[in-house]
Amino acid sequence: MTPPPPTRRPATTPGGQASPGSVPGPPSGGPEAPDHPSLRGRGGGRAGDRVFLGLSRGAGILLLIVIAAIAGFLLYRGINAIKVDQGNFLTTAGWDPNGLKPVFGVAALVVGTVLSSIVAMVIAVPVGVGVALFISHYAPRRLAQLLGWVVDLLAAVPSVVYGLWGTLFLVPKMMGIHTWLGSYLGWVPVFNQSQPGAYPRTLFTAGVVLAIMVLPIITAMSREVFLQTPRAHEEAALALGATRWEMIRTAVLPFGRPGVISGSMLALGRALGETMAVAMVISQGFNVTLHLLDPGTSTTIAANIANGFGEASRPVGVDALIASGLVLFVITLIVNGIARWIVARRKEFAGSAA
Amino acid sequence: MSAAELTQDDFPREAAVPVRRLTQRRLPRWAPWLFLVVAAAVGSGIGAAAGLKSHLQWGLIAAAVFVVGQWAVSASVEGRRRATDRLALSLVGASFLLALVPLVAVLAYTISKGAGKLNGYFLTHSMNGVSALDNTGGVYHALIGTLEQVGIATLISVPVALLTAVYLVEYGRGKLAKAITFFVDVMTGIPSIVAGLFILSFWLLTLGFNYSGFAGALALAILMMPVVVRSTEDMLRLVPDELREASLALGVPRWRTILKVVLPTALSGITTGVMLAIARVAGETAPVLLLVFGNDRINNDPFSGPQSSLPLFVFEEYGKGNTFSTERAWAGALLLIIIVMLMNVAARVLARLKAPKNSR
Repeated sequence: MTPPPPTRRPATTPGGQASPGSVPGPPSGGPEAPDHPSLRGRGGGRAGDRVFLGLSRGAGILLLIVIAAIAGFLLYRGINAIKVDQGNFLTTAGWDPNGLKPVFGVAALVVGTVLSSIVAMVIAVPVGVGVALFISHYAPRRLAQLLGWVVDLLAAVPSVVYGLWGTLFLVPKMMGIHTWLGSYLGWVPVFNQSQPGAYPRTLFTAGVVLAIMVLPIITAMSREVFLQTPRAHEEAALALGATRWEMIRTAVLPFGRPGVISGSMLALGRALGETMAVAMVISQGFNVTLHLLDPGTSTTIAANIANGFGEASRPVGVDALIASGLVLFVITLIVNGIARWIVARRKEFAGSAA
Repeated sequence: MSAAELTQDDFPREAAVPVRRLTQRRLPRWAPWLFLVVAAAVGSGIGAAAGLKSHLQWGLIAAAVFVVGQWAVSASVEGRRRATDRLALSLVGASFLLALVPLVAVLAYTISKGAGKLNGYFLTHSMNGVSALDNTGGVYHALIGTLEQVGIATLISVPVALLTAVYLVEYGRGKLAKAITFFVDVMTGIPSIVAGLFILSFWLLTLGFNYSGFAGALALAILMMPVVVRSTEDMLRLVPDELREASLALGVPRWRTILKVVLPTALSGITTGVMLAIARVAGETAPVLLLVFGNDRINNDPFSGPQSSLPLFVFEEYGKGNTFSTERAWAGALLLIIIVMLMNVAARVLARLKAPKNSR
């Protein structure tokens, strides 16, 4: 049995290239379209071709314009708000843009956004990878296929449903774990409860809901890469006497790491920008605090936009929300950039090692 | 498997009885089940003795007893490596169960809460004039809104996305294609609320239009485009080059080759991608909240005046906070799940039926 070449995503490699897969081809990041140098000169001359090329290139350029416009308009409206802001937009913790003297800043919002996403990641990544391993390497094949389907379907459940379920079903059930964490782990700053027994509409609960929401994303992407582990690597590990777990640790996990990381980053991006579920679960406040278990102390950028939009004054209140949206945009850009960078780096490494 | 055990290093002990003990000592196959039963018994025993009300806690204690107990026994009988293997198995299994519980709970709870209300009356009436005390009202206006907004978003985004994908796969080289690929990735990561804020600042605040279904559709289109570009790109790359070459060799111009050969070959895959994208944006609430604003009445015109939409309906009914409105919110949520799931299942069945060359 010859080892199949470790192409990352066989589905995307161009179908019938001259050398099918024997060489570890160029990293499939760029658009490696099949090249027909001899056919291009002639084709370019026809009117139909020129029109079609123009149309498709125009569509691509339109996409670039949309992106530029998103950044441009958010910046334009955001700057309008920041100009009249009486506080420092980046370091102020309050959010009061609707009065005569608007004072607002994103400090508390950014901290809340990051904290809730960290909670979600801490819960969802290990569990998600565990589920992916279960589906790819432990469950019987028939069952695994079915489970894969179910996970994919669950990724499609709309966020407003998670929000509704979170606030009406989960929040009351989180009471116990809040009390438990507060009384036994209260000496850890993040679990310190200043109002024990308060109704748990907290960042922690929001983080749990986010974890449930992003779990299918992590699982789906991790499962995809785990299933692509070269069979020869797995069999080699087993033939050397490895137990199943040792095989997974030495063959599957190293191979799948870039996929796990990019899946987690994708999930993190989703968690950072998730609006409705957090808006429905959390009880809002605008303090810079690490206390996950205190309700009414913090919120996230996206949830604040959804909750505050109805009462926002025109134009300053709305512009202030837009300015905070710009901050969220920048944060998600950074996260996605890091994810892409990690994956690109790992991909080069994997390519040279193979 | 048993060949592997020869490498175990406990031969010295076996030297006295060389024939009987060639392999390492193993726990019997039924051992995990025994541990499971014992752990369940211990868990419920401790739970009952300590008077813990929550059965979740009983389960957690049982799980902990199972994991630790199995590891200890296995480590003493089989050695550390086997014990770690069993530990990994139980942790992976536990994480699977842990994940399954909330995900199943979401579905089960929504169905149990929403099924009673979801009937013909609910589907065919709007919320016009329904007060807090009325156990009437329905979702018709929101369904109309969702259909129109998602329909317009599809009409806007799919042609642009298809053409972009065609450009990237069939023509794209050089800096422009690289830039488009990169920014499509960037667009995939844009939170839906940011897309909503963009249309808000551009369409409503700068151009001065009013709340309308169309404004929401614009934001949904922005969310759909990168998803459709990505999936279409993947599908177009799956089309074998031989087909293109054969068509071009017959003297067919490149654009006709793309329209008549490449796109039809990839059509089912493209359709699947589009349907998944539709299912995704149909559940978006945040942009609709900012741009369509919500409306209790039936507004069939997506170009003027506030509309409603299904996810927004769920959010608003939840926000009203009385018994009947909460029931309506659950019914709306159930309807939303059903629609999204149906689209997903249909898309995946289509993909499976018409998978190109059945490579998977």
